[in-house]
Order: sequence, then structure tokens, then C-alpha cells
Amino acid sequence: MKLPAPRGPLGASLTDLLVHPPRDTDDVDDAVLSRWRDAATVADPVTDDDVQLTLWTLYALHYRGFEGVDDAWEWDPDLLRLRRVLENAFEAALRHQVPAPTATAAEREAVAAALFAMTAPAPGPSVARYVSRSADATQAEEFLIHRSLYTLMEADPHTWAVPRLSGAPKAALVEVQADEYGGGRPDRMHSALFARTMRGAGLVDEYGYYVDRLPAVTIAALNLMSLFGLHRRWRGAIAGHLAAFEMTSSLPNRLYGDGFRRLGHDAGTTDYFDEHVEADAVHEQIAGRDLAGRLAEQEPELVGDILFGAAACLYLDELVGRHLLDAWSAGTSSLRAA
Amino acid sequence: MTGHAPQPATIEACPNGPLLVRGDVELVDSDGNPIERRRRTVALCRCGTSAIAPFCDGSHKAIGFVTPS
Repeated sequence: MKLPAPRGPLGASLTDLLVHPPRDTDDVDDAVLSRWRDAATVADPVTDDDVQLTLWTLYALHYRGFEGVDDAWEWDPDLLRLRRVLENAFEAALRHQVPAPTATAAEREAVAAALFAMTAPAPGPSVARYVSRSADATQAEEFLIHRSLYTLMEADPHTWAVPRLSGAPKAALVEVQADEYGGGRPDRMHSALFARTMRGAGLVDEYGYYVDRLPAVTIAALNLMSLFGLHRRWRGAIAGHLAAFEMTSSLPNRLYGDGFRRLGHDAGTTDYFDEHVEADAVHEQIAGRDLAGRLAEQEPELVGDILFGAAACLYLDELVGRHLLDAWSAGTSSLRAA
Repeated sequence: MTGHAPQPATIEACPNGPLLVRGDVELVDSDGNPIERRRRTVALCRCGTSAIAPFCDGSHKAIGFVTPS
């Protein structure tokens, strides 16, 4: 993967560092740190292109990195300082914007019921209904490009949580993730199924290929997962995020599959969506009851974080959905100019 | 499924949802023909509205299916 094109002073500053190997001496003094803090002080960090793309670039160093960028940057203290500046801004905005969930008892079925209530199917416009009935070929392609940022690495951010958990919630997470990773079959990995969908639609299936085309809000939805996954203190939130993600998947994926069939795509291209109808009806039970519910019983003080993680997932999903539907109803592209 | 140790079957009745089946169970149709099981843990429809029966597709949530408690 190539480094993305910077969208502001934060990204430009990061790119300036990454093109060289890290040095033993600190590159970043208080003046640089102060400039980063100023640049991260924006009206809305959730939808700010420079904040979100720069944070995504820093997180990408923990996944598969970039061509021409020294792997040693991953744990460079200067970059971790930049990451903290951006994460503080992102977290503060989420705390302010995400609707606070109703408090719930730290019991398995109560937590699962609360999560199912938060994620209950709602009537009204949705990306899934639009793709099912109305999207044209260009809009369907745009939808795949938005989804590709996460889905070509599907499941990876939640896997960070495995060593942070123990007992029943850990077993539950591994049970879900094993299925996400194809149950031992590389060709059945969900990321591989989506790569096939991308190819079937004539798109590039390379992870991160389209990031320069994506708006901040799509990038923020993935950054949320990396934020929750990479910090042990957010283990409750990553569990709640996965539960909400799985609980809002089966029914929409049926509609996505219908939409791509309506547009004439073959079974290989729609397999990803069809697989998720069945798989996520299993995963939502395990993630809601055995992962989130059991974690709440193990660590009752995490209930608030579990529900916050779910609420944040739904909030970002809603923002992305609104971005797509607003662009399409205005007759414009939901992507940035190439 | 092959390549794993025998695992006693469990069937978990999920509140307001499907039956979650784990372990060594053979799924067959009404003629006794095997139904392909594509994952270790499967969810079987209990509300009667799944479009991919016998497997669950989440439709119970759309119809507000409630199991007796």
C-alpha cells in the first residue's frame, strides 16, 4: 500500500517523517507538538479530513504498513505522541456527539437485550434499501469503495481484543473471529470474499487502494474500531462495537445481495453478502450474549463502555449512511475527486 | 466438518431468536438428505420467516418474534 496524499498540516507533517527511517534522537520537540495540537483543534474531528486520514495512517502502521516506510515507525515515540493528540480529539468529540445509551444491569441477557434493542431494525431510508432498489451501477461501485477500506481487512481491528480478554468472552470472540477468517480456509475469509466482490465489480481489490477517494467520515468509522481495538482500556467498547456491527448486518446484507443481483452481478460477486446473511445471524448471538454479555458479568464496571462502543458504532454507521444518501439524492458522487 | 475432535452437541435456545447449534450434529432434510453445514456453529430458524431456512437470517428481529419465557 502507498502512503495516502496528505489533506492538511497533520498529514503533511507525518509524511515528512515517514519518508525517512526513524532516528534515535527525537524529531519532535515541543514546538512541533504544539503545532500538532493546534492543527487537531478543529470544529469536528469526526469529519475532519486531516485528523481522520492522519490517524488512519498511524493506525495502518500497526496493521500492514506502507511501501517504502520503515516498519520501525510503528512504535516510534514521536508518532505515538501524534497519535495521542489525534485520539484525544477524536475521543472527546465522540463523548460529546454519541447519544448516551440507557444504563443496563451487568447481566448477560440484560446486556444482550439492551444491544438488540439499540440495533433493532428501523423503518425509513437506509443505504441497504437504496442499494437494493434504486442504486445505479456507479452508486453500487461507490458503495463497494466505501466498504472496501474496512472490509478488505475485515475482522482485524476486533482481533486486537483477544489477548485483553479471558474465559467465556475470549472464547466467544475467537469463535466469531475464526468464522470471519474462514474457519481455516483462506478462500472463505470474509476479506477474501469481499476481494472477489471487488474484482467482480471491476474494482481493485488491494487493501487501502481507494483511501484517497474516501471522505473523512468513512475513514472515521474504521478509526473507531482501531481506537477501541488497540487500547486495552477500551476492551468493553470493542466488544460492544462488534456486537452492534454483527447485529446490523444480516438483514442489510440480504438487501445488498439483492441490489447487486438486480444490477446483473453473478453469484461470485454477491457471495460476500449472502455469506453474511447466514454468518452474522450466528455472530450476533455470540457477540451479544457470550462476548458482550459475559464480559459485563466478568467486569461489571465495563457495562457503560460496552454500550458506548455499540452506540459509537451505530453513530458512525449513521453518519456514513447519511453521507452516501445525501450525495446520491443530490445527484453527486459520494467519493472525493480522483 | 472434519479434522477436529468429537464435540458433544449443544443446542442453545436464544431468547427471541434462533437455536444455536454447536458440536457434532448431522442436519438432514425431510427426506434424510444431508444439509450442508458451512460453519462450526450454526443458527437454526425458530420464527418461521427465514429466507434461508433452516438457517436463521435475522428475520425474527424484523417481525418482532418473541419466545415464551
